[in-house]
Amino acid sequence: MERIPILKMGEYLLVTIQVDMHDRLALTLQDDLTGQIAKHRARGVLIDISALEIVDSFIGRMLASIASMAHLLDAETVVVGMQPAVAITLVELGLPMRGIRTALDVEKGMLALRSAILEAGQDGDARGIR
Amino acid sequence: MAMRVVSAESLEIRVSDDVVLVRQAVRRKSIALGLGLVDQTKVVTASSELARNTLDYGGGGTAVLELVENGPRSGLRVTFEDQGPGIPDVNLALTDGYTTGNGMGLGLSGAKRLSHEFELWSKPGEGTRVSILRWK
Amino acid sequence: MPTANSKLSQVFETREQEITDRWMEQQQASGRKLTAAEREQANRLSREFVRALKSALQRNNSGDISGADWAGVREFLVDLSSRRAKDGYTPRETASFVFSLKQPLFSALKNELGSDGKTLADEVWLATVLIDELGLLTTESYQKSREEVITRQQKELLELSTPVVRLWENILALPLIGTLDSARTQVVMQNLLEAIVQTRSDYAIIDITGVPVVDTLVAQHLLKTVAAARLMGADCLISGIRPQIAQTIIHLGVDLSDVTTKDTLADAFELALRRSGHKVVRQDAIPANAATR
Repeated sequence: MERIPILKMGEYLLVTIQVDMHDRLALTLQDDLTGQIAKHRARGVLIDISALEIVDSFIGRMLASIASMAHLLDAETVVVGMQPAVAITLVELGLPMRGIRTALDVEKGMLALRSAILEAGQDGDARGIR
Repeated sequence: MAMRVVSAESLEIRVSDDVVLVRQAVRRKSIALGLGLVDQTKVVTASSELARNTLDYGGGGTAVLELVENGPRSGLRVTFEDQGPGIPDVNLALTDGYTTGNGMGLGLSGAKRLSHEFELWSKPGEGTRVSILRWK
Repeated sequence: MPTANSKLSQVFETREQEITDRWMEQQQASGRKLTAAEREQANRLSREFVRALKSALQRNNSGDISGADWAGVREFLVDLSSRRAKDGYTPRETASFVFSLKQPLFSALKNELGSDGKTLADEVWLATVLIDELGLLTTESYQKSREEVITRQQKELLELSTPVVRLWENILALPLIGTLDSARTQVVMQNLLEAIVQTRSDYAIIDITGVPVVDTLVAQHLLKTVAAARLMGADCLISGIRPQIAQTIIHLGVDLSDVTTKDTLADAFELALRRSGHKVVRQDAIPANAATR
């Protein structure tokens, strides 16, 4: 079965979504990520959606779910690279998307993750990536 | 309204992969119509919402994509139809969807917000038909 | 309406070269001065058109130019007028390409039909009707192309008139000037979001000092842009909200509580600098009129 690959980078997990996901694939990603966060005791999750041309309410809620579940497992999440047309459409769609941290690209996303983890009271950043 | 249908394409929605196929077909049609990127994204996203509703709440159905003309205006109309359980209270579904975050309601009201025209017909026990239209 | 016995088709058959040559002379005489290359192109087009007319007349000389038999001729004229519109030819210059065909055609008819006055009169009339139809088609087509050119120029002007300014490494400014309508605002906002991506800016300042009136739609677009920028990972500030506009916005019921607003662009810039971890330090100022050695 096809899966979206999850990369481990130190204490962070990096996911790059490059295909137009059907719902099953999205749910599989959610499960896989949750599993990997727990397994590796990851501190941060970075989801790169710069290749996604469509983000509808299902995907939007999937991202929100991942952020919530990660938080319960002591990890912070940042979603990076949302395309302008997607952002405009999501706003129009009226999907709240509250509580999801975002950044323009992977580099800024890493910085955002570091400060998010600090904010959440983690001290694991000392072992984090520079 | 003297609307003329220039071309039509019909797709089956039976499994979750079909929702992706509907998105791709709507994308192709909106490019053919000459819509800008943001407008394309809006109509494809709206279609994705409704296709998913058709599958998840309607038990499967069809999507009909039509390029239409009304005088000097041209547009893309997508109609979703199923023979599912139907929606008991349409107005409630449309207004509540946003606040409760309920899947079907949010999809309906979201699709309505993303389209220029929106028509919903539903009868409990008979089925549902939703039609969205985006003008160029 | 030409009858089945119309001689037009026959005249084109037998006198094609004569008509073409005469026509090219006619065009040169009545038109503007052309370079050698332009003349060569005009001649080529003329020969092509006469050939197309000939075959169309052979297939269908009923006078109806709307059918499939005349598609080639119509396409030729639409193509020609579209190019002429883009190249800046006047409507008269474009239409006279077709209308100047009358004289050579009448001459050819006269030579062919000689002393048969009645037939000559009929044929001249049929030829006139045909050329007029083709001329009108050319003019309409030219009009349409001109409109397309103007629309495109308007769009370019729109993009030029609202440039996005890079104030600092990560800080963009969008100074809006003049009245905003819904369509313009949408385009402008899209450009801003694109610029945010391209310049990797964390902050965008939308300055509306130069906007006299803000209505509900514009206010909503502003809010949507701020929300969209946030989703992308950037922060939007709005500056230059004058008291009248502030009142309008409150009365319209638009909720700006979520958005950071500042009086002036300068204030917003300072805030963005601070938020992005910058500090402005004053060193000993160099006098403005100090001479350099």
